[in-house]
Amino acid sequence: MKPLTRIRSRTAVLAHANIDTDRIIPARFLTTTERTGLGRHAFEDWRYRADGSDDPDFELNRPEARGCRILVAGRNFGCGSSREHAPWALLDFGIQAVLSSEIADIFRSNALKNGLLAVVVSEAEHRWLLDHPGVELSIDVAGSFIELPDGGRFAFELDGFARHCLLQGVDQLGFIRQHADAIDAYEQRVEQAA
Amino acid sequence: MTTPRTLFEKVWDTHQVVAEKADAPAVLYIDLHLVHEVTSPQAFDELRRRELRVRRPDRTLATLDHSTPTLPAAADGTRPYVTPQAEAQVRTLESNCAAFGVELHGWDSDARGIVHVIGPELGATQPGMTIVCGDSHTATHGAFGALAFGIGTTEVGHVLATQCLLQRKPKTFAIHVDNALPADVSAKDLVLHVIATIGVGGGTGHVLEFRGPAIEALSMEERMTVCNMAIEAGARAGMIAPDQTTFDWLKNRPRAPQGDAWNRAVAHWQTLKSDDGARYDREVRIDAATVCPTVTYGTHPGMAAAMDAPVPAAANAQEARALEYMQVRAGKAMAGMPVDVVFVGSCTNSRLPDLRAAAEVLRGRSVAEGVRMLVVPGSESVRRAAEAEGLHEVFTAAGAEWRVPGCSMCIAMNGDLAQPGQLVVSTSNRNFEGRQGKGARTVLASPATAAASAVAGRIADPRTLMNEEQAA
Ligand code: SF4
Repeated sequence: MKPLTRIRSRTAVLAHANIDTDRIIPARFLTTTERTGLGRHAFEDWRYRADGSDDPDFELNRPEARGCRILVAGRNFGCGSSREHAPWALLDFGIQAVLSSEIADIFRSNALKNGLLAVVVSEAEHRWLLDHPGVELSIDVAGSFIELPDGGRFAFELDGFARHCLLQGVDQLGFIRQHADAIDAYEQRVEQAA
Repeated sequence: MTTPRTLFEKVWDTHQVVAEKADAPAVLYIDLHLVHEVTSPQAFDELRRRELRVRRPDRTLATLDHSTPTLPAAADGTRPYVTPQAEAQVRTLESNCAAFGVELHGWDSDARGIVHVIGPELGATQPGMTIVCGDSHTATHGAFGALAFGIGTTEVGHVLATQCLLQRKPKTFAIHVDNALPADVSAKDLVLHVIATIGVGGGTGHVLEFRGPAIEALSMEERMTVCNMAIEAGARAGMIAPDQTTFDWLKNRPRAPQGDAWNRAVAHWQTLKSDDGARYDREVRIDAATVCPTVTYGTHPGMAAAMDAPVPAAANAQEARALEYMQVRAGKAMAGMPVDVVFVGSCTNSRLPDLRAAAEVLRGRSVAEGVRMLVVPGSESVRRAAEAEGLHEVFTAAGAEWRVPGCSMCIAMNGDLAQPGQLVVSTSNRNFEGRQGKGARTVLASPATAAASAVAGRIADPRTLMNEEQAA
């Protein structure tokens, strides 16, 4: 994973609450054995019309949303399944950060492991962000704050370990493997007790 | 005196290889890792890239269920995969399991089935274990007093390579269910009622513990139905303390401990309950006696109500949109709504008692004209048991399709799906927009309600259907 320190972008807003992982990437695209290439199917059932053309009514198809790397989403974003295809699809689509007032557990954990910043802000800040699509934000990972164009800041909580991993590009599998001795000892203890 | 602990805390504490610290999550040991074709290929690739082995193939169990066709193979052995890519995904799991020495219940196994159905059936799922799978409904195994939760593919790779996961300790949430469920009201109705009560994000960050007399009275299959849907309230996991019902169910299963080891295991399992005075981060009380046959009316499982009750008015724009998508009118009850497709299956409701409940309604009746009904057993062993009782004949005589095991219309990625606009009464666990096919409208329900709706051609209360005919 590449280190991630700062994300600067205009926001795109998808105000719907409870955007689930089936919305983000419908199940019929899960037969892939790759991590890449899912971006063209992100939000597929909202994004395209029956004839395959872009649906101009879909928020992320609007010209002002193109190229936005920060997605502001309604409450309880990413609910549903453990499919990591959801963060893979968003990243492949070009999204680097998702902001909401509530983000589903497994989605958030999957997102952070892939360098997709999933950030929970307060209800009031969330309201403000929903009401200001296209605002230019700068997200500072180390400081755990979002900087607004007027210099104002929204602080957010980021688990210290998750932050460390993002900033340093820590390989979590490598991190667990550093504890190989403890794992061996644990297994021996359990097997002896049995 | 030691501090009283919850069931969850007992399991958590004994599985910490490295304790959680302020700046690092716990390294948690995983006793059982279940694997299927959809969320594993990229994880096996990662192992290959790093030249790693599977650390504990003996703690890893794989099956084919999500992308697999539910129509039988042709005479020449070819299977009707929905796409070549689906077939390639299945073949990838077959070759990964062979290469890494993982036990696979594939096409040739008489134990193949939905991952959360076969784990318990084989006795691989046991009280006090930590169990993970790249599928959020892993919560099902919590019915046995295991800490079981879904993980992403990166984590699948972590567990394959190290048998461990990095985890922050979740919070605890007790769902006390008082009294008893009325006769003919099912565990599915109960869990839909619970989710409607606490909300679709109500369990976020928590592990639910279902407890109280109504829970203790449930069979193992019913407990699995309840824990299965913990994730639909946003929870990481759902748990129920093991008891005699649990032990009786597990005894003599192929992977369960045998002989002396069994007695030792039971002695240990009996300690796996929340101590008196244990504190939960949150608690809620539910009165089981008030639960009625419940269905969903919106596009997430929290939008659920008794089928006879008027659908509540939309509280916000999203709910309004959901009602519009579902073509449901606030103020009107769901009962009576015309049905196009009925699906009985999924890891929520595809076990033998579920099929019996559906068959009981269908016996001597037929599926209404214009309605398509699919019955998909959860595993090969459920299929055999159902056929031994003649349930398949009840289904086919009524005009339903009897299929081979798999996830089928629960996730609709194998080609079993509904058409845009069709209304599906489904015993599965998710009613998200498009979950059962683009534009399909899903109404979650119990097996009895699903079967009654198939007969009536409209959403129907199984109790009314059965009583009316008795009176006639
Ligand atoms: S039946 Fe549905 S919920 Fe269960 S494992 Fe299969 S896809 Fe997941």
